[in-house]
Amino acid sequence: MRKTKLAAGIIAVASVMAVQSAFADSHIKKYKIEDGAIKASLTGKTGDAAKGKKVAINRKKGNCLACHAISDLKDQPFHGNVGPSLDGVASNYSEGELRLRIVNAKTSNEDTIMPAFYKVDGYNRLIKKFKGKSVLSAQEVEDVLAYVMTLK
Amino acid sequence: MTNIKSKLGWKLATAVLGAAVVAGSFAASAVAKDWGKFQVEDRRSGYTYMTDETRDVQNDDFENPGMLWVENGQSLWSTKMGSAGKSCASCHADADKDMKGVAPSYPKYNAKMGKMETLEQRINRDIVEKMGGKALKFDSKEMLSLMTYVGKISSGMPVNVKVDGPAAPFFAKGKAFYYQRRGQLDMSCANCHEDNPGKLIRANTLSEGQINGFPTYRLKWQKPGSVHRRFKGCNKNVRAKPFKRGSDEYVNLELYVKWRGRGLPTETPSVRN
Repeated sequence: MRKTKLAAGIIAVASVMAVQSAFADSHIKKYKIEDGAIKASLTGKTGDAAKGKKVAINRKKGNCLACHAISDLKDQPFHGNVGPSLDGVASNYSEGELRLRIVNAKTSNEDTIMPAFYKVDGYNRLIKKFKGKSVLSAQEVEDVLAYVMTLK
Repeated sequence: MTNIKSKLGWKLATAVLGAAVVAGSFAASAVAKDWGKFQVEDRRSGYTYMTDETRDVQNDDFENPGMLWVENGQSLWSTKMGSAGKSCASCHADADKDMKGVAPSYPKYNAKMGKMETLEQRINRDIVEKMGGKALKFDSKEMLSLMTYVGKISSGMPVNVKVDGPAAPFFAKGKAFYYQRRGQLDMSCANCHEDNPGKLIRANTLSEGQINGFPTYRLKWQKPGSVHRRFKGCNKNVRAKPFKRGSDEYVNLELYVKWRGRGLPTETPSVRN
């Protein structure tokens, strides 16, 4: 009897935890990875390249220039070189491959330094103000992607 | 005829000269720069990642703003603190001799505490237990002054922390911290400072994160700062919750990071961007 109660208790706790983690994750839109790519838009909408360019430059948002040089943005000072230049990146990768790399680059290379821009859980010692938040929103990912797709 | 010959000769000479210049510049980029005492094996002090301008400020004692803190520390050394009416000099009168080699050997294992102790904590232990004073905060004016003064006394002496014996488990914890990803940007210390030193993050050149020059006078801070202040800054940059100054986590990390710079010269007060 006691044992059953205990087991039921454990199951109850476990299911509460499962629901909680589902909640924490809920604003992240579901996406499907196939052939190393996310083929569908996260929002169902096409991104806006002009907006994406601003997000890419913004140091608190995409901040792509922290690590990547982009000749198209040569009016911006200081391009980093931790990652490869993004010139011509759209000629080398498909849109779906680039979407996956922006969403979570660690799915294709777990050792990469590149942060995941669309992920909210599984972080170690995440600072409070970013709890439950991804670096970019789903639409911002699509906008950045639309801009990156112009880098042929 | 002579004209043509001399023209040809000039062309040939130009070509040879051109080749020599190309070969010369190639050799310059292919051969690693000799950093002298600031490099030991493959380990390079943050000094080697700075601009010439910043290095010049460090090199010149009259220009180095950290030297004011050294002087302040020197006068504080013989200032009475606490209820016992003692100064540091009451027990360590000849600081130049007594404190020589101390800074490059910390953090050290303390058997009574059963864990590692940083130099700030060691200084505070005497202030509290022997001098009847109040422990100083790591980045207080007084502690930074004492730390830069004590550090300067060991100027040029190689970093030499003990990481075996009772220190071994703490060293292992510090190492685990170094390689653990953290924060929303999900980066470990190693992602930047082991994998990418010399590379640029926007305008900032990544260094190896060596701490042989601490407390370092950081131009961005406009004052010297402790190792733990720097750790906090790095943790916040990757959007991770920092630990407190003097926490076991940072003390162990300090031990590990100090060991990564073994053999590098004590450079306190170094100047960094």
